[in-house]
Amino acid sequence: MELNPQQLVFYLFALLTIGSAVVVVTIRNIVYAAFSLMVTLFSIAGLYVFLQADFLAATQVIVYVGGILVLILFGVMMTSGSLDLKLKLERGQLFWGGVVSLTIFGLLLSVITNTPQWENVDIGASQEPTTRKIGEMIMKEEYLLPFEIASILLLVALIGAALISRKEVRDE
Amino acid sequence: MDLPLNVLIISSLIKIVVVVHILLIGVMGMILAERKVSGWIQDRHGPNRVGPWGILQPIADGIKFLLKEDLVPDHVDKPVYLLAPAIILVPALVTCGVVPFGSSITVSGYEIPLQIADINIGVLYILAITSLGVYGVVLGAWASNNKYSLLGGLRSSAQMISYELTLGLSLIGVLILSSSLSLREIAIQQGSYPWTWNFLIHFPAFLAFTTAAFAETNRLPFDLAEAEQELVGGYHTEYSSMKFAMYFMAEYMHMIVGSAVAVTLFFGGWQFFGLETVGGPFWSGLISVGIFFVKTAFFLFVFIWVRWTLPRFRYDQLMNLGWKFLLPITLASIVVTATVWAFTQSKVLVGILNVVVACIVVAIVSTTLVMTREPEPVEDRGILSFTKESSS
Repeated sequence: MELNPQQLVFYLFALLTIGSAVVVVTIRNIVYAAFSLMVTLFSIAGLYVFLQADFLAATQVIVYVGGILVLILFGVMMTSGSLDLKLKLERGQLFWGGVVSLTIFGLLLSVITNTPQWENVDIGASQEPTTRKIGEMIMKEEYLLPFEIASILLLVALIGAALISRKEVRDE
Repeated sequence: MDLPLNVLIISSLIKIVVVVHILLIGVMGMILAERKVSGWIQDRHGPNRVGPWGILQPIADGIKFLLKEDLVPDHVDKPVYLLAPAIILVPALVTCGVVPFGSSITVSGYEIPLQIADINIGVLYILAITSLGVYGVVLGAWASNNKYSLLGGLRSSAQMISYELTLGLSLIGVLILSSSLSLREIAIQQGSYPWTWNFLIHFPAFLAFTTAAFAETNRLPFDLAEAEQELVGGYHTEYSSMKFAMYFMAEYMHMIVGSAVAVTLFFGGWQFFGLETVGGPFWSGLISVGIFFVKTAFFLFVFIWVRWTLPRFRYDQLMNLGWKFLLPITLASIVVTATVWAFTQSKVLVGILNVVVACIVVAIVSTTLVMTREPEPVEDRGILSFTKESSS
């Protein structure tokens, strides 16, 4: 099989993504699992860069690697005793987890095979910034309403988080 | 960039090698400068034994670090413990790839931009990479398997998450006016004269950005993560010799890169009164690099100056500053910039109203804080801080 450089890069990132994802679910140390998840999320960002989705890649790193995963690590460290916790896979979990992942896999597979136009796009041709296009689509064109709904949802979540973390005022 | 591929590759390689070495030499220079300036601030001489004027002191320090015993304690989690000092260097080194350190230089007919990579999403890239800075600290702290390290790591991650928010939001105003995410584009748009630079237009956001950059480097007055009186050494307690030196170097690299980014975004990059266009296509490039370095050096001096002037914050003061002052100021600055720019297109008005509204926000927040002040809580500060108990 002949590999051109683009395919080589793609397979490298794909291998990293899948390999580290397998480590996430199999390793028994929770911090190692989180660390491995970082590699997974990073290589997904690499795949986005490969697809010329630069904005998506940066957002992926900011939101998942820099935000959510740090919070996970933070939560693990703040919870006493969870550092020595050994993660164990039980048989029931294995069964239901398998069912769910096979279902999703089948769904994705059917989408991939049923997509009518599935052709290679010549990457490296366009060097246009994607951010301007995305911004105009969101703020001017058809995606304004979903965008606003999502932002209201986030605002509600933000207020809820602030409310929960407030100190309770006791009546005296 | 219409360079042929081979010129592109060779020039990029040269730029990468030069920039990384300048960064490393800059770290050495900063260590010397820090010790000298701290000496002057405290009315001492500073190092003056090694070489003329103590100029070889960083080399002596480096040799000392290299020759010390490389101790790996028994109780650490070895793979992560060894990996963490390397991880902390990565964000600092990777960020400098998008910083434009000069205009462009013409060598044998090819115009080579003085920047390793001018990517479309430069600012987002920097924010993404900055958000990784916390990993080296947290992983090192956890792997050390030591309660002081872990406390330092927890403090540091809470601090970095809080101030990252301010760091990101303070740049939105700049982005609204420049309508580009490319660092080179933002630098060029500011023009050559100090009164057109972004720090005047976005003064409150600039102050917030600088403060957040200080917090991200974990330096005084934000060095609660390694407060030696409380936490022995914080997250690097268990690290010795070269592994400690890597944490140490990372701090200085973060400072240098942070200063360079601040110069690019708020101080017009390599431009100064049209001086960067003097000379031919070759010399003007070198002059622009010189201007950029002088500006960055000024910022680095401010870093040292602040460190030896201000005392350390208490943990609740740190969180109050971040969440109750800096965050509202930056949010207000975004709203003001967007509104004024949409209606008037006047940068002067944006600059004035930004300052006015920031003052109003500070006034409102501080009055609210004073009005609703509770008696100082003595207990229930959580594990993040035990300053109160130990000092009382």
